[in-house]
Amino acid sequence: MKLELRRIHIKDIQLGEETKVKDGVLFVNAEELISHLKEDSRIKDVKVDIARPGEKVRIIPVKDVIEPRVKIEGAGNGFPGVSSKMAQVGEGKVNVLYGAAVVTVGDIVGFQEGVIDMWGEGAKWTPFSKTFNLVVDITPVEGLDPHAHEATVRLAGLKAAEFVGEAGRDVEPDEVLTYEMGSHAEESRKYPDLPKVVYVEMLISQGLLHDGYVYGVNTQNILPTLLHPNEELDGAVISGNCVAACDKITTYQHQNNSVILDLYEQHGKTINFLGVILTPELTTLEGKFRTCDYTAKLCKMLGADGVIVSEEGYGNPDSDLLMICKRLEDAGIKTVLITDECSGWDGASQPLADTAKEAVAVVSTGNVSHVVTLPPADKVIGNAEAISTLAGGWDGSLQEDGSIKCELNAVIGSTSEIGYHNLTVKLY
Amino acid sequence: MANKFKVLYYVNQFFGQIGGEDKADIEPMYKEEKIGPAMGFDSNLKGEGEVIGTLICGDNYFNENKEEALEYILNVIKENNPDILVAGPAFNAGRYGMACGEIAKAVVEELDIPVVTGMYIENPGLEVCRSIAIVAETTDSAAGMRKALPVMAKLATKIAKGEELGLPEEEGYIPQGKRLTLFADKRGSQRAVEMLIARLNDKEFKTELPMPEFDTVDPAPAIKDLSKATIALVTSGGIVPHGNPDRIQSASAQKWGKYDVSTIDALAGDYYTIHGGYDPVYANEIPDRVAPLDILKELEKEGYIGKVYEYFYTTTGTGTSVGNAVKFGTEIGKELKEAGVDGVILTST
Repeated sequence: MKLELRRIHIKDIQLGEETKVKDGVLFVNAEELISHLKEDSRIKDVKVDIARPGEKVRIIPVKDVIEPRVKIEGAGNGFPGVSSKMAQVGEGKVNVLYGAAVVTVGDIVGFQEGVIDMWGEGAKWTPFSKTFNLVVDITPVEGLDPHAHEATVRLAGLKAAEFVGEAGRDVEPDEVLTYEMGSHAEESRKYPDLPKVVYVEMLISQGLLHDGYVYGVNTQNILPTLLHPNEELDGAVISGNCVAACDKITTYQHQNNSVILDLYEQHGKTINFLGVILTPELTTLEGKFRTCDYTAKLCKMLGADGVIVSEEGYGNPDSDLLMICKRLEDAGIKTVLITDECSGWDGASQPLADTAKEAVAVVSTGNVSHVVTLPPADKVIGNAEAISTLAGGWDGSLQEDGSIKCELNAVIGSTSEIGYHNLTVKLY
Repeated sequence: MANKFKVLYYVNQFFGQIGGEDKADIEPMYKEEKIGPAMGFDSNLKGEGEVIGTLICGDNYFNENKEEALEYILNVIKENNPDILVAGPAFNAGRYGMACGEIAKAVVEELDIPVVTGMYIENPGLEVCRSIAIVAETTDSAAGMRKALPVMAKLATKIAKGEELGLPEEEGYIPQGKRLTLFADKRGSQRAVEMLIARLNDKEFKTELPMPEFDTVDPAPAIKDLSKATIALVTSGGIVPHGNPDRIQSASAQKWGKYDVSTIDALAGDYYTIHGGYDPVYANEIPDRVAPLDILKELEKEGYIGKVYEYFYTTTGTGTSVGNAVKFGTEIGKELKEAGVDGVILTST
C-alpha cells in the first residue's frame, strides 16, 4: 500500500464568501457549512467560530478534533462506513489542510468533554493549541437521547471536516509525505535482519458514548483486528467516545497516530514494522481474557520480536494493558507500554489500577490528576461553566476572575497515551 | 553578605561531642555555636548561609522521652526562627535516624520550617520523614561524612533560597515518593519507539513507570446468620441524590457522601449518577443497577437479611487516587464498624 499525505500548510483560518484555500489561508463560508450540517434533522442550531494559536481564547466543552482532508486519488474519501460510503482506504493521495482542525463543542452527557486554551499556560498542556481551530458548536433538537446526541455531534464533526477539506482539492501541497509498505513477505525479504515490530492500539469500547469505530463498526463488537498502518492514517478509525479528555484518542490523533508515524520513521532502518492491531477494551472479565489472548496470538502469528502497546483511558483498561504485556513477554516478545497515571493531586498514590512484574518498559505520559491553573480568557467559545462538571473539574473550578483550576483530566490530549504530546512523569 | 540564611543544626550526643553510648541518655541542650558536623556543614554554605547554633540530644533520651525532647527542641527552634533546620547525617544509626526523622516531621508539620537531613537508605528513620523532609542519601557509616555534608549544604542552600530542587538522583536526595508531571524533550510515542529499539538491541533502557506494589486484603470471615445481620450499601459508582448536594467530583474524587435511605425502597427516582467514567444513561434510568438498594430492601422484607443500614455511602471511583481511596475506605469503614454493621455490599462500575 502506498499513501501520500500531501500537506497544504495552513497559516490562518478566516470566514469568507467562499470555502477555499488561498496563499495558505483557509477561508470558510460559515453559512454553507451550517446549512450542510443542518441537513441532519437532529441538529437544531450550529455556531461556527475560529480560534487561532496565541489568541486568548478558551474552547470548552470539546468533544472531538478532526483534521480536514480530501482524497484526490484512490478509493474512499473522508471516513468510510461513517460519513462516506464504504471503501478500502490506505492507498492513494490525500490533500491535508495541515495546521487546521475542526473542533466540535457541545455538552453530550456533561462529564466527558474537555478544554483547549489557545495561549499561555493552558496552551502548553494540549497539542491542539497549535492548530488553527474551526470550532463547530452543535445544538441538537430537543428530546434527543444522549446516544443519538453523541452520534449527531460525532457525525457533524466528521462531515464538517470533509466539507472544509474539499477546499484543498486543487491546491498544490507544500510537502508530500509518502507511507509505503508491502506485504509481510515482501518487507521481510527486503529487511531480513531487522526485528519485526507490531503496534497494538487499545481502544475504549465500553458501550455507547465510550466507543471507537473502525470502518464504522463499533469496536465493542470486534475481535482484535489487523490493520495496515495506512488505513488508520487514511480515515479508517474514528473516535466516538466521551471518556476523559486528557487521554481519549481524538479522530485527529487517529489520522495522525504518533506511534504509527514514529514506527514508520524507523521502518526499513532499525525495524520491520508489520502493522497495527486494534484491540477493544471490554468491561467483562471474559471479554478481557478473550481480547488479550487474541491480541497476543496475533502478535505471535505475525512473528513479532517487539510490540508497542498503547492504552486509551485508565482504570480497568490498565488490567487489559498489563494482561497483554504479560502474555507477550511470556512468549518472549519484548514489549513497551504507553500509559498515563492516576497518582492523585500530590502524585503520591499508586499510578495504575493493576500491576504486573512483566511490565519492565513503560512510557508514562503524565498524571491525569496533575492540577493546573489556567488564567482567564478574553473570549470563551462554548460554555465556561462546563468545567464544574467535566471529569477533572469540580464545583469551584471556575474562579471568580474567570481562571480555571482543574486536573489535566479536563485538558484535551494532555496525557495522550498514544504519546501524541510530550508529558512525562518523574519520581521526586 | 547582608542576607545570609539562618540554619539551626541538630546532632546526637556523639556528634555533639558530649560522649559515646554512655552519654546517650543526656537531655536536649542548645548551644549558640557550631559543633561537630555543623562546622563542616557551615563551611560548605560558602558564605550564603550560616549555622547559628547546635541542638544536641542523647539518642536514648530522645527515643525514650520523645514528647519532652520534641517540646524542648521545637521551642528552641521557634525562638530562633531559622530559615531551615538541618539534622544529622545519621547514616545507618537507627536511634539517631529515628530522632532526625521525628524532629524533621514535627518541624515541617508544626512549624512549617523546611528540614534537610541525611540517612542511609535502610535507616528506619527514613520512612518517618521522607515524604515531607529532604533526606540526602549517605553511606551506612560516618566514613561518608565528608561526602554527605556538601550535598546536604547544597540542598539546604537551594531550599533556603526558594529554588526548586532537581531530580533526586541529580541532587543526591532520596525520592520523596511524589510522581510529578513534567515536559519531556520528545513526545511519548518517540520515547516508546526508542525504548523498544533499545530493548530489541539489548541496550540499556529505563522505564518511566516502575510497577506499583499492591496491598492485599484478606477476606473477612463469612457472616453466620444473615437474617440477623445489618448490611450496608457502599458504591464507587457515583450515585448521588439529584443535584449532587455534596458536590462529589465526577472523576478523581476528593470526598465521599452518605445519604439516609431508611425511608425509601429503591434509589430510583431520587438518585442519579455523576460518575464520569461510564455511560450514565442506564444508571440514570434506574440507579439501583449500580447500587442495588431495591433488592436489598426486598431481602430485608423477606427476612433474608436482618436490616439494611440506614445510610448509603457513595463516591466516584474513576481516576480517584489510591491515596484518597484508602482514606475514604478507612473513614467509611470506621463509621460502619461503630454503627455495628455486619456486612457491606460494595459495588464498583
